[in-house]
Amino acid sequence: MKKVGKSVFFIVALLIVLVTTLAFTGISTEYGDVTTTYVRGAGDIRWGTDIRGGVDVTFCPPDDYDAADNEMRQAESIIKMRLVNLGITDYEVYTDFSKDRIIVRFPWKSEEKNFDPQAAIAELGETASLTFRQGAERDPETGAPTGETLENVLVNGSDVEEAYASVDPEKNIYLVSLKFTEEGREKFAKATEICLNKQMSIWMDDKMLSAPVVRAHITEGQATIEGNFTPEEAAALAEKINAGALPFKLQTENYNTLSPTLGMGAKDAMVKAGIIAFILISLFIIIIYRLPGAVASIALLGQVGLMIASITGFFPAFRSFTLTLPGIAGIILAIGFGVDANIITAERIKEELKAGKSVENAINSGFSRAFTAIFDGNVTVVFVAIILMGAFGPTNSMFAKILSPVFTWFGPATAGAIYSFGFTLLVGVILNLVMGVLCSRLMLTSLAKFKFCQNPALYGGAKNENL
Amino acid sequence: MKTYNFVGHKKIYFSISILILVACIVCASIFGIKLDIQFKGGSIITYNYEGTINQNEFKSEIENILGEKVSVQKTKNAITGSDNFVVSLAAAKGIDSEKQIELTDKIESKYAENKLETLSINIVDPTIGKEFLYKCIVAVGFAALLMIIYVGFRFKSIGGVSAGVMAVIALLHDIMVVFATFVILRIPLNDSFIAVVLTILGYSLNDTIVIYDRVRENKKIYGNHYTIGELVNMSVSQCLSRSIATTATTIMSMVVVCIMASIYNVSSILTFAFPMIIGMISGVYSSICIAGPLWVMWQEREKK
Repeated sequence: MKKVGKSVFFIVALLIVLVTTLAFTGISTEYGDVTTTYVRGAGDIRWGTDIRGGVDVTFCPPDDYDAADNEMRQAESIIKMRLVNLGITDYEVYTDFSKDRIIVRFPWKSEEKNFDPQAAIAELGETASLTFRQGAERDPETGAPTGETLENVLVNGSDVEEAYASVDPEKNIYLVSLKFTEEGREKFAKATEICLNKQMSIWMDDKMLSAPVVRAHITEGQATIEGNFTPEEAAALAEKINAGALPFKLQTENYNTLSPTLGMGAKDAMVKAGIIAFILISLFIIIIYRLPGAVASIALLGQVGLMIASITGFFPAFRSFTLTLPGIAGIILAIGFGVDANIITAERIKEELKAGKSVENAINSGFSRAFTAIFDGNVTVVFVAIILMGAFGPTNSMFAKILSPVFTWFGPATAGAIYSFGFTLLVGVILNLVMGVLCSRLMLTSLAKFKFCQNPALYGGAKNENL
Repeated sequence: MKTYNFVGHKKIYFSISILILVACIVCASIFGIKLDIQFKGGSIITYNYEGTINQNEFKSEIENILGEKVSVQKTKNAITGSDNFVVSLAAAKGIDSEKQIELTDKIESKYAENKLETLSINIVDPTIGKEFLYKCIVAVGFAALLMIIYVGFRFKSIGGVSAGVMAVIALLHDIMVVFATFVILRIPLNDSFIAVVLTILGYSLNDTIVIYDRVRENKKIYGNHYTIGELVNMSVSQCLSRSIATTATTIMSMVVVCIMASIYNVSSILTFAFPMIIGMISGVYSSICIAGPLWVMWQEREKK
């Protein structure tokens, strides 16, 4: 680290302050009602259901029913569609195919005082009702069917044997193919007769999925829907139509709701705890380790900033993570634990100074000799954090997949709050290597180039008589 | 540098630890081990209300609607300042959502003048709960196994397997201490317990590794000049101020969390942070006083 100049300290410190400030404030512009976010700040953190209140529920098919994987996928797509219909967009839905369970989490809707989560859950689990109706008349506000479309139900979901996405080889476009049952064939033949050259609409509950124009009188029980589909759109529509033929009603197994009054107060308390802990720990290491301690507290600030950034995703393009109460506790723990790298190094520097080395050499060998201990120690915490995320996270998360050979016999977690703790712990440990080792080393090596920083007393060594 | 004789006092440390373990087992058998409904399944519903409601009347009202025995507990909410009723169903099984809606509608309209509200509902199916418990146990076991393998691999030069096994004995010690904390404080074992146990596994091993790392380094420098006992004493003493400083900062952070959580009555965090503090103290103790001396015993026996 010979090339580190005097200016490096200021560059690194300034970068840390800048990134941390941005991670808290974010950048967004407002034009009238439209807010565009360029950098997500702490205000954009997605709080877990334990903080802002919400619902955490596990659905499963009836006890005696063994659902196939595609049926579970259909059930999942119905639930997602219904959530959107209820105006809930920031939901999380996970399906566990081996155990036939669907876990749904969604927060309390903040703008609605009388939001009834129990009614919402009951609605999510209802058997889906797919219908083919005459015309495409609907209420402009609610989108529900009206007039002849409401009255004339031509074909039901149970009449559809199968729907699948396909390609028309001649026109080279994507289609949704329908195959009807014996009974459905007759109904559909009659329907296409009524609607010939007019619109027929396909509905899931009260939501219109598609409204194709009938081009022919179809009697053989097979039909295709054309509509400038992308492959994904065709597959999604086919899945929704199949879902209408779902033969079971979903039951709720686990069920957890929390009103928002409790959680917000708890969050504020935890945020205060974080600030106090940060100040106390910074003071502690500055008093004990002096200059390396001061550098450590700048690095620690950067660690906190980057942790917030990794939770929000920082840039809107990146994925953000949900932060729960244990997640905040994880951040605070990482603050306490994060200075460990700096402490190990500072102790080493002290020893090297006692052994008679110059300040610059002591810093260099202090950092390099401390590294193996810091690395080995952090790796164990990384193991733990990954296992925490695998055990408590959704069964389709990356960590659960890595650990799936271990957890294959077990169902999903009945509590979601700990996942966030695993995440903040993991991020904290990794950032600890970046901030506590790399950035701290750059800053301290650069500072040592200044004359006033060459007094060993600043590093806890004996006073330098020559200065 | 002053070298403390940790290895020489091992009998005292081992006795203290054995005493703690015995106390833990005695407490567990006297108090019994309470499992949270997350693991055993069951239903707990919390209501918020104003004014006064007769607790017995409230209880029989709910029993009438559900047709099942329940227990009702009265608590005070520190954040909102209002009174709460915590209703738990006696049977460890879930209630279906229709029944749930019926209960909420009836009870909220019955006590409308008390502004009774459903604050939280927590229902867990017993089979899912049991599976989750097993999953957690497997997670802890798997973590411990990974640690032995890692320590064994990284510290081959100083007898990897023995180092790994001793580290895990120290870890078991810490798990027992965390477990005892939950049992003595009568906190039902829940997901926080597993999170604390896993964190302490990582944390305590971190301490142990820093010491082993020093042993490895000193062995390289001094070779066979010192006995194994002297080597460990020297290494532990060199790491002592670091161990104390790191423990101080981590415990400081958790103490602040604990204080804030108890002021604002955030019980979910309090039952997480307090056992964490105890676990951390146990972690640093076991790394210094148990893992080192035990490893010396193993190495000396192997030499004979």
